[in-house]
Amino acid sequence: MLGWPYWKKNSSWRIALEKFHDALIIGSGMAGLRAAVELAQETSVAVVSKVFPTRSHSGAAQGGITAALGNEEEDHWEWHMFDTVKGSDYLADQDAVEIMVRDAPRAILELEHMGVPFSRNHRGLIAQRAFGGHTRDFGKAPVKRACYASDRTGRVIVDTLYEQCLKMGVVFYPEFLLLDLIFQKQRCVGAWLLDISRGEALRVWAKSVLIATGGAGRLFRTTSNCFGNTGDGLAVVLCHGIPLQDMEFVQFHPTGLRGVGILLSEAARGEGGVLRNGLGERFMARYAPQILDLAPRDIVSRAILKEIREGRGVEGQPYVHLDLTGLGEKRIKERLWEVASFARIYGGVDASLEPIPVEPTCHYFMGGIPTDPDGRVLGDGKQSPVQGLFAAGECACVSVHGANRLGCNSLLDLVVFGRRAAKAMAECIKEAPDLPPQDMGEPHKPERLQKLLQARGPETVPGIRQDLQGLLMDHCSVFRDEKGLLAALEGVLELQQRFTRLGLGGGGRSFDLEVVEALELEHMLVVARVVVESALCRKESRGAHFREDHPQRNDALFLKHTLVFYDGQEVRIDWKPVKITRFPPKERTY
Amino acid sequence: MLVTLRVFRLDPTRESEPHYDEFSMEAKPWERILDCLNRVRWEQDPSLAFRSSCGHGICGSDGMLINGVCGLACQRLVKEYPEGLITLEPLPNFQVIRDLVVDLDPFYQKYEKVKPYLITGEQAPERERLQSPSEREVYDEAIRCILCACCTAACPITPKQSEFLGPAALLRAFRYLFDSRDQASRERMEILDREQGIWGCKGHGLCTRVCPKEIDVRKWLGRTKKRLHDARIAAGSQQELSTDTGGQGPA
Ligand SMILES: Cc1cc2nc3c(=O)[nH]c(=O)nc-3n(C[C@H](O)[C@H](O)[C@H](O)COP(=O)(O)OP(=O)(O)OC[C@H]3O[C@@H](n4cnc5c(N)ncnc54)[C@H](O)[C@@H]3O)c2cc1C
Ligand code: FES
Repeated sequence: MLGWPYWKKNSSWRIALEKFHDALIIGSGMAGLRAAVELAQETSVAVVSKVFPTRSHSGAAQGGITAALGNEEEDHWEWHMFDTVKGSDYLADQDAVEIMVRDAPRAILELEHMGVPFSRNHRGLIAQRAFGGHTRDFGKAPVKRACYASDRTGRVIVDTLYEQCLKMGVVFYPEFLLLDLIFQKQRCVGAWLLDISRGEALRVWAKSVLIATGGAGRLFRTTSNCFGNTGDGLAVVLCHGIPLQDMEFVQFHPTGLRGVGILLSEAARGEGGVLRNGLGERFMARYAPQILDLAPRDIVSRAILKEIREGRGVEGQPYVHLDLTGLGEKRIKERLWEVASFARIYGGVDASLEPIPVEPTCHYFMGGIPTDPDGRVLGDGKQSPVQGLFAAGECACVSVHGANRLGCNSLLDLVVFGRRAAKAMAECIKEAPDLPPQDMGEPHKPERLQKLLQARGPETVPGIRQDLQGLLMDHCSVFRDEKGLLAALEGVLELQQRFTRLGLGGGGRSFDLEVVEALELEHMLVVARVVVESALCRKESRGAHFREDHPQRNDALFLKHTLVFYDGQEVRIDWKPVKITRFPPKERTY
Repeated sequence: MLVTLRVFRLDPTRESEPHYDEFSMEAKPWERILDCLNRVRWEQDPSLAFRSSCGHGICGSDGMLINGVCGLACQRLVKEYPEGLITLEPLPNFQVIRDLVVDLDPFYQKYEKVKPYLITGEQAPERERLQSPSEREVYDEAIRCILCACCTAACPITPKQSEFLGPAALLRAFRYLFDSRDQASRERMEILDREQGIWGCKGHGLCTRVCPKEIDVRKWLGRTKKRLHDARIAAGSQQELSTDTGGQGPA
């Protein structure tokens, strides 16, 4: 006897239909769920996700979420704003940053009211800790600004938001993949989805659509990102003639576990952990004498690689040490339980006794779909909103992170702009035209799905994907130059060609992961192409984008956002000015 | 080292009986079982179906039976199986959708039944609701739960009593029942005070043994039982709950 007397005799238990909703949210990370909670108060909302909602990538966020609550020590939104702008290497739009940091305390308290189990200080208030680049008094010394729940902040917020959605009756389509957006008369009116568990396409009509599909860290060989972060939303939007903004800015997190890239949160340094090179030196003193290990990520990542290049890696190997041994077992257990467990399980290291081997790992995309501060997607990247289409979260670029994001500002971005987008969607729904009548007949499946199901060429998905990840890692990661970027571009073009000769097993059935990965790979190729092309155009170094052939920041020529368009063949670059309100650009030192 | 995965295969739309396929490969000792499964799919048989997302034990997607023990494929390393033969099967007590993918809808439905959200009577205050570190500490371990369903799949009660809420849902119930900010203790205890609820738990402790996040599930379910028991006594009745002992407010 096998032990599984139960299985579904017939996998078509869900009936294929067209669906109709007022609001359709693609992505159930923190941005999508926050928006859903807001919309559910007013209207019928559905959330689509490649994975069951609580399995979304936001759940992996460990360290915290920023707000100048001042629960531990004096803090002000102006300080938070200054840090964010300086951290961004002055590329963030300061009007958007101001909206975010001023709204931050409200947003955090609201999460607490929903039930998020934040860690507490002895006064019973939400506890806060130090994180990279967060300072008091406009850069003077580190400040405790990150609100946290041990080191599982992301997961408990996602769980809480999902649970709020359950309470409010939000409709979920878990394990459905966005295939394409549907436009009618320049207006976004819905989406095509692939029902992964049935291998069938589904058409959903909606009066407004939010893209909240997260980042694309999987473009790189070493990454902290989940398997699904393949830039789907970015690619789909781009292929409808809408530009992406600032795509050259890809953040590498300094402390990925060596070899696997799994993230060891910056909270580890916030709690007092230090980085050491092969000589045991606390080398950050050379690169950021004032705030040392709590310097922003771009600076620390470059510092680590510089130490390695100059022969000071541990045992001559390409890694350094994250040393938590000074923290004591109790503090580690209380505040860094997950970090210690990752080190133990995947690195074989007891963090309270030995240092942990780390290397930079691809972590976050600062660029994305250009939006205004209310999440409206800008069709020209500058000012014309696309009717019915919104974006929020890591896939969007309101531009609060500019050229480099500070730790814990992403989660804040998600809840602040997720909510704002939802409010704008509610307005949009009120004036939207009626949805089409219910009996539209059997819809034709989207062509790209049909094509993939019939693909019988010699190329394979893993083959192309592996080459792509290697290409970007080698030529387009922490250090870049023109020669390497040109090689990357040539390589990506060749891989796009190879993709046309793909061959699949022709499953098209339940949980056909080969088809899913082929669709994702198609997205990855497009996104990789625009990342490289954007990086080629920016002949300066700023934040995470470091050009060895142009090592200085050049405000005269490049204090501007990149917009990249793609027509299916050619890439076109455009620019737009940065909004500067309070803090004029200065040299960035820590 | 040479690793052989013996994998449960079934496509219920095409077959009436499952079978096992064997896949061998050279693997490094510190590779995850999930890495091996991915390599099967990428190098040998693209039709193999399983779930995964984060790859490091935080999302809860890849619960399965690994050599007969419920666990996460991304948390088990090859070196833990020196004999090199690893049998992978879907989580028991759930219907198989395909290969290692099971239908978790019933699991999620039970989780929804315990009202997994903070319930408070009054208008939210201006600042945060206060909670002392020790009040927060009570459920610190419980919020590590990632809903991977390993505990519930391992629980010996479920096969006998399909309505039993199971350890994961009961743990979530504990988390809210013991949150000092919550004010629905009574409502929550009514949901739990039945054989399909907390009393279905007979303290076997398999949940605790398999939990990938090292949560002492049995202990926290025990705490819940005691809370219900005390509430009954306070109400002066062995039969029925009629008092509200929760929601004492901020310390
Ligand atoms: C390991 C790690 C730790 C981090 N820690 C922190 C931290 O402490 N603080 C902080 O501020 N930030 C942190 N970040 C960054 C932050 O977590 C992410 O930027 C953020 O979670 C992104 O959220 P999101 O809602 O935009 O997208 P995600 O959470 O990535 O969600 C994307 C959603 O879209 C869905 N989706 C994607 N493509 C499709 C498709 N084609 N069809 C249907 N659905 C789709 C996915 O299933 C998912 O539900 C961390 C990131 C990582 C990787
Ligand atoms: S893949 Fe996320 S828990 Fe294993």
